[in-house]
Amino acid sequence: MSKTGILKSSLSKKYAMAFTGLFLCLFLVGHLLGNLQLFASGPEGQSAFNEYAEFMTTNPLIKVMSYLTYASILFHVLDGFVLTLNNRKARPVKYVVEKGKLNSSWASRNMALLGTILLVFIVTHMNNFWYVMHFGEIPMVDGLKDLHTITLAFFNPQINSLAAVMTLLYVFAMISMGFHLNHGFQSAFQSLGLNHPKYTPVIKFAGTAFSVIVPAGFASLPIYLFLIQS
Amino acid sequence: MNITLKVWRQKGPNSLGAMETHKMTEVSGDMSFLEMMDVLNDRLVREGKEPFAFDHDCREGICGTCSMFINGEAHGPGRNVTTCQLHMRSFKDGETIHVEPWRSAAFPVIKDLTVDRSSFDRIIQAGGYVSVNTSGDTQDANSIPIPKHDADEAFDSATCIGCGACVATCKNSSAMLFVSAKVSQLSLLPQGKTESSERVLRMVDQMDIEGFGNCTNTGACEVECPKGISLTNIARMNREFLSSTLTSK
Repeated sequence: MSKTGILKSSLSKKYAMAFTGLFLCLFLVGHLLGNLQLFASGPEGQSAFNEYAEFMTTNPLIKVMSYLTYASILFHVLDGFVLTLNNRKARPVKYVVEKGKLNSSWASRNMALLGTILLVFIVTHMNNFWYVMHFGEIPMVDGLKDLHTITLAFFNPQINSLAAVMTLLYVFAMISMGFHLNHGFQSAFQSLGLNHPKYTPVIKFAGTAFSVIVPAGFASLPIYLFLIQS
Repeated sequence: MNITLKVWRQKGPNSLGAMETHKMTEVSGDMSFLEMMDVLNDRLVREGKEPFAFDHDCREGICGTCSMFINGEAHGPGRNVTTCQLHMRSFKDGETIHVEPWRSAAFPVIKDLTVDRSSFDRIIQAGGYVSVNTSGDTQDANSIPIPKHDADEAFDSATCIGCGACVATCKNSSAMLFVSAKVSQLSLLPQGKTESSERVLRMVDQMDIEGFGNCTNTGACEVECPKGISLTNIARMNREFLSSTLTSK
């Protein structure tokens, strides 16, 4: 019945953005909870974190979830890219004067820019830790890969000359994520048609809270690790 | 009041356009924006120059014919007004006002400030109707009970005048607010409900074929809509399209 094909429809692309986006929000919660263990320093914190890292890289269920996460990121990026290209094509001649700020939020108009910043961050971040954990040379402690020491060293200005720059970069990326989530979270529900006078204000509030708490939680770690070590 | 106008001049669909500057003096604050444009055109005609082409019809804010992107906003500053209901008192003395046509691949410029909005007509033709006979020998309307709340909601959606401000103002030139209002006004009522599943699929299909962009939920359309059509219509359409896609045979 559908002339353009179900997968090609503009709405289906929106559903895909919403589903992958919400799945990635779940991933963020899990990732943040794991990261918060870094606040526990000393040998106990070290072994607990390393055991956690071992579990996260070997548990089969987590493996499935991680592949789903990679796929979601890729799909979210590609879908976003296609949607952005289509949207550019839909207005070949630009306005001489356009005042978007009078009718919409800055974040909602710059999701592609914010998403690109996040993509660059994800690649950098995976190169810094994920790659080292999976394929890099990493010291062993008690038979476990010592990701704890690697992470601490990364934000230690005594060891890493770029620690200050990296801390700032991580904080900047998290601010960008905050803006991206601030629009994206509640937008996903709207895209899926979940709009109701009773629940939408709750969703919007939850989205704002999520977009502040989660990035702030992530950003607090590099700041904390940098400060206690300098 | 005195104002400086910068108006889009474009000879035809395939020619390049540019802004043209005109000084206006003794503009009354009680003039509507279109009346001010009439004064400008009158002067241009008397000077032997080409007047600006622009769309207008009822000048009462109910037909959806007038357009114009004024100072970066569809139908200019102010909320819930069409350009014909926008008065010059909304501007300051000495202000420079930019006037542009709706800009969208699906609304090609015909001349100056007039654009071809027949893409909207084709979306309506794709499914924006009820197939039952609603005129002539029909049963009494009160024999079908309709909850007041549903009737009110359908009416709110039906107030869309199809002017295209939503498309013009959307950074993606998306027509979701228009299409969703038309989908909603029919699917909320029993007469339209029977075909609602097919309707939403057809209308969204046609919307995509016409080359409108994708909705990114910026909400700009709802703010600039002269009739205050709500984003809840878009959510309803998203819901209906999803369930219709999953259940259509």
